[in-house]
Amino acid sequence: MSKYLLDKFLFTVDRDAELVERYRADPVGTVAWWEAEEANRILNCVGAEQSTWLAFDDEEREALSAHDYPKLFELGAHPFLTLTLFIAMFERDHGEPLGFQKEYARKLAHFSLPYPDIST
Amino acid sequence: MAELVAVIASTHHPFYYKASTATGEDRPPFADEWVRKVEAFRETLTRARPDVLVMVGSDHFHQLWLDNMPQFLVGKAPVYDANWYNEEREFGLPRMVLKGQEDLSAYILREGLDAGFDLAFSNELRIDHSITCPIITLRPEADLPIVPVYTNIFAPPLPRPKRFVQLGRTIRELVESWPSDQRVAVIGTGHLSLELGGPRQFGPHGPDPQFDQKAVEWISSGDIEGCLAEVTLDSLHAPGNATHGFMDFMLMMGVAGEGRKADYVDTYDLFHTMEAYFTWYPEGGARP
Repeated sequence: MSKYLLDKFLFTVDRDAELVERYRADPVGTVAWWEAEEANRILNCVGAEQSTWLAFDDEEREALSAHDYPKLFELGAHPFLTLTLFIAMFERDHGEPLGFQKEYARKLAHFSLPYPDIST
Repeated sequence: MAELVAVIASTHHPFYYKASTATGEDRPPFADEWVRKVEAFRETLTRARPDVLVMVGSDHFHQLWLDNMPQFLVGKAPVYDANWYNEEREFGLPRMVLKGQEDLSAYILREGLDAGFDLAFSNELRIDHSITCPIITLRPEADLPIVPVYTNIFAPPLPRPKRFVQLGRTIRELVESWPSDQRVAVIGTGHLSLELGGPRQFGPHGPDPQFDQKAVEWISSGDIEGCLAEVTLDSLHAPGNATHGFMDFMLMMGVAGEGRKADYVDTYDLFHTMEAYFTWYPEGGARP
């Protein structure tokens, strides 16, 4: 289980306009590509110096591949990263202001304190 | 020595820019009152006639990342580019460029290290809305050089609340001992109760109005001891999952000083979170 890697996926996709669209349109393919090509990239190092050990477990890969943000919350992904990226992908599908943000809250309504630990 | 002419603590609501510049049907009903309050707050900084701004905020996973995460970081650069693609996308924030006050950055780093804070530094820092929001609200001309100070309120493990207060006290000592004739204001932004990416987000008010009321009382009365007696890293989860940003308010209470009542206090109850604005004029400062 790697909360760090979940966060790294959300972080690197959220900051790249092209990847945001790609993840929205093809979540399964984007997650598979990212895990194969990007998961081990150390962000401020050249490609030759990449890590060797980072991979999602099945539950994490499934949650990302299904755009399942309540599951990401349960797994301890950083809620700010998840929220920001999912607003970028899905706010546009909701007519009223803050419509997506409120739906997001409703879908997490079954969680109570203490929330899942987000420490990495 | 430099003169500390104002200490300002504020929330940093990223939607202010959009709300305040919207016109016609796009302008939300709460915008006019919000602008009025912000302009009154801005006047408290203008009156102090600062030359330099020390800006305390927190990177929201923009430049600082989990493979190399500092707890407290001071920018030391001649120029800071500001705001990021995802802030433009979500909040409509403009790209900005701010000048840096490098000699004060160097002084805070050297003296801060010697005072027991192992401060990280950055010579190329792109700052985010935790610092640009107060520039937009308090100094929209964006014409004064800054020293950015970033705190980690975001990626656990976090420093404890007491450490934020101690750093605030130290920042004050360092500003007041800086060998310069500049007039310095210290401005820091954080949050009252706040939930982001959780079930209590984006309600009609902040997630915990009772906490907000208590927090405003602690800050406006300078009750550092009372605040420290109640606020812990664990307790901050209860008012909302992003409420650790309140520790930047505690840092600013440290700058202002124990028992120092704020000279200016205003709040605005908005959807999602309560806005809160505080200004202190230290002794010898530019009290109007």
